[in-house]
Amino acid sequence: MRDLLWLVPLLPFAGFALLIFAGARMPQRLAAFVGTGSIGIAALLSLLIARDVTTTGTPVFSQHLWTWVRVGGFEPAMALYLDALSVVMMLVITCVGFLIHLYAVEYMKKDEGFGRFFAYMNLFIGFMLVLVLADNLFLLYLGWEGVGLCSYLLIGFWYADPANGYAARKAFVVTRVGDSAMAVGVFLIFTHLGTLRIQEMLLTAQQQWPAGSALAITAAALLLAGAVGKSAQLPLQTWLPDAMAGPTPVSALIHSATMVTAGVYLIARLHLLFELAPPVQAAVAIIGALTLVIAGLSALVQRDIKRILAYSTISQIGYMFLGLGAGAWAASVFHLMTHAFFKSLLFLGAGAVILALDHEQEISKMGGLRSRMPFVFWPFVIGSASLSALPFVTAGFYSKELILRSVWSAGTLGPWLWLAGAAGALITSLYSFRLVFTVFYGAPKSPVTGQTGMPMVAPLIVLSVLSVAGGLAAWPSDSSGQGALSVFLSGVLPSVAELPQGGLDLLLQVIAATASVGGIFIAYIFFVRSPELADRLAERKGILQLVQRFWYSGWGFDTLYDTLVVRPFIRFTGIIRNDLLDLFFEGAAWYSEIFHRLLSATQTGRMRWYALWIAAGVVIIIGVVVFR
Amino acid sequence: MMQQGLLLAALLFAIGLAGVLIRRNILFMLMSIEIMLNAAGLAFVAAGAGWGQPDGQVVFIFILTMAGAEVAIGLALVLQIYRRFRTLDADELSRMKG
Repeated sequence: MRDLLWLVPLLPFAGFALLIFAGARMPQRLAAFVGTGSIGIAALLSLLIARDVTTTGTPVFSQHLWTWVRVGGFEPAMALYLDALSVVMMLVITCVGFLIHLYAVEYMKKDEGFGRFFAYMNLFIGFMLVLVLADNLFLLYLGWEGVGLCSYLLIGFWYADPANGYAARKAFVVTRVGDSAMAVGVFLIFTHLGTLRIQEMLLTAQQQWPAGSALAITAAALLLAGAVGKSAQLPLQTWLPDAMAGPTPVSALIHSATMVTAGVYLIARLHLLFELAPPVQAAVAIIGALTLVIAGLSALVQRDIKRILAYSTISQIGYMFLGLGAGAWAASVFHLMTHAFFKSLLFLGAGAVILALDHEQEISKMGGLRSRMPFVFWPFVIGSASLSALPFVTAGFYSKELILRSVWSAGTLGPWLWLAGAAGALITSLYSFRLVFTVFYGAPKSPVTGQTGMPMVAPLIVLSVLSVAGGLAAWPSDSSGQGALSVFLSGVLPSVAELPQGGLDLLLQVIAATASVGGIFIAYIFFVRSPELADRLAERKGILQLVQRFWYSGWGFDTLYDTLVVRPFIRFTGIIRNDLLDLFFEGAAWYSEIFHRLLSATQTGRMRWYALWIAAGVVIIIGVVVFR
Repeated sequence: MMQQGLLLAALLFAIGLAGVLIRRNILFMLMSIEIMLNAAGLAFVAAGAGWGQPDGQVVFIFILTMAGAEVAIGLALVLQIYRRFRTLDADELSRMKG
C-alpha cells in the first residue's frame, strides 16, 4: 500500500488541473465532485497507508520519484519521505481537508467562482502534502512557497473588493520576509553541509557542528524566521487577522488547521538542528510564550467572530512553539493535531453562523442562536471547550497539559514560560466562552435567514467527535506512561523534555486546569449572569479604554510597521521614481516613437510616390551592383 | 543589332516609367505599365536573337501571358475604383495613409 504514496499528493494536483482548465464550464455538481472527490480519495489512501506503516514495524519509508535537476553536486530529488511525523501530518491534512471541502460544497454553492475555489483548495492540499512529505529541503521549500501562493490566492478570492486584495498582498509580503530568511538558511545548510536531504543533512550537522556553534545557530535562526513568518508568530503575526478576508472554509483549512502550522512542522522536522543551537531553541520558547499571551489578550477584545478565532489561532500556535522550545516535540505535534480538529471546527461553526445571519460577522449583532441553530451550537461549544482545554473530556486539555508540563523544567526560564502558558490558558477560556455566550446566549439580535444544510452539519459533527476523541491519543499505550501518539512519534521525535514528578506535577496540572475552568466561569459571570458588568466595564473611560483599544489593534504592530517600514518605503520609492535607470527605458520608448513617426510619414497614401520610391530603390540597387 | 534593340527597350522602359510617375489617371498608369512590360519583353527578344538562344522568346511568351492577366485584373480594379469613387485620379485616392 505504501508504494502508492506518490498518489496522495498527485490526486489533489490532478483535481486542480481539471478544475482550473474546465471548472468554469463544469456544472457545479461535477466541480464539487471532482474537488471533494480528489481529496476524499487522497484521505482514504492516507488512512490505508497509515494503517500499513503502523502495523508493519518501522514506519519509515522513502520513495524516490525522479531527480529534479542535476547541477554539479546539487541533485535535489523528487522524493517523498514518510515517517511517523509525516504520517500524522498527512492524515491531518487530508482528513480535515476533506471535511472542509465537503463543508465548502454547501458554503460556496451560491458563489460564481465555485470551480476556481475548489481548484485553489486542491492546489493547496497538494502543495501542503508536498511540504510535509518532502525528502529534501528544496522540495520542502517548493511546498512551502506553494502553500503561500494558495494562501494569497484564497485570501484574495473575492478580488472585486480592494480590501481583500490588500489583505492577500499583506499576507504574501509579510510571510515573504520570513521565507527570504529561510531561503538563506537553506543555502547556508547546502554550502556547509553539502546536502539538502533532510535526514542526511541532520546527521552531517550533528557530526560537523558542535552544539552551540555559530553556524548551527545562524542556520537554525534563519529557519526559525521562516517558521515565524509562516506560523504568524511574533513579530510577523500581523498578516493572519487580515487573512480572514478569505472565505471561511479557507480560514478553517489554511489559516488555522494546516498551513500556519507548517512552521511547527518545520521545527519539529529539523529538531536535531535546533538542539544544536540552544539559544535559538530558547528563542522559540520565548517567542511562543510572548505570542500566546499577546494574541490571547487581543482575542479578548475583538468584535469580529473570525478575528477572534484568528487571534486565537496565533495564540494556540504560540503554545506549540512554547512546547517546541522546551523540547517537547511530540507534545507540540499532538497539540498541532488537536488544534487542527477543534479550530477548524470552530471556524466551520462560525461560517455556518455567518451564513445563517446573511454574512454578519460582528458578534455584538449576534445572540440567542442556541435554540435556533442547535446543530451549530453544540459543535461550537465542544470546539470551544476543547480550545479552552476543559479538563478530562476534551482533546485540547491533554495536548495543552502535555506542553505545559514539559515547559516547567525547561531551563531556568521554565517556570516563567509555564506561568505565561497557564495565564494563556485562563485568557483562552475567557475569550472562547465570551464568544460562545455572546453569540449563542442572550436575546436574538438578527434574524436567521439561511438554513444550515447537511453537507455543512456533517463535518461539524465529525470534527466534534475528533475534538473529543483526539484526547485518546494521550492514552498510555505502553508501560512508559507516555501517550500513544508520543510513543508512535518517539522514533522521530524522542521526548527530551523532563516532566516534573510527583506532587509538583499534580499541583501544576491542577493550577492549569483551574485556570481553564476559571476562565469559563468568569466568562459566564460577565456575559450570561450579569451582562451589565461587561457593559459597565466597556463604558469605563481612561486607562482601561486605552488598553482595550491597544489590544483591539493587535498591540499596535500594524501602526508600528506602517511607520517603520511601509510608509518610509513608499516615500523612498517616490523619491527614486525618476532615477537614471529609468532614462534607459524611457529612451527606448522615445526612440521607438520617433521611428514610428518617421515610418508612418512615408505612408502618404499617394500611389505615385510609392512608385517613385520603388523606382529610386531599383536605380540605387542597380547602381550599387554595377558600379561597385 | 542587339545594341540598338536594347537601347530601344531602355527608351521604351523610361517612357513607361515616366508615364507611371507623371500621369494621374489610373488608366494611363496601367497603359504605361504595359509599355514597361513590353520594353522588358523587347530586351529579352533582342538579347535572345543576339546570342542565338531560344530562352529570350520563351520568357517573352511568359511576359505576354502575365501581361494579359495583369490587364484583366487591372481593368477590373479600375472599373471598381471608378464605381466606388467616381474618379480615376490617383492623387485623390489617397485614403490609405499612415
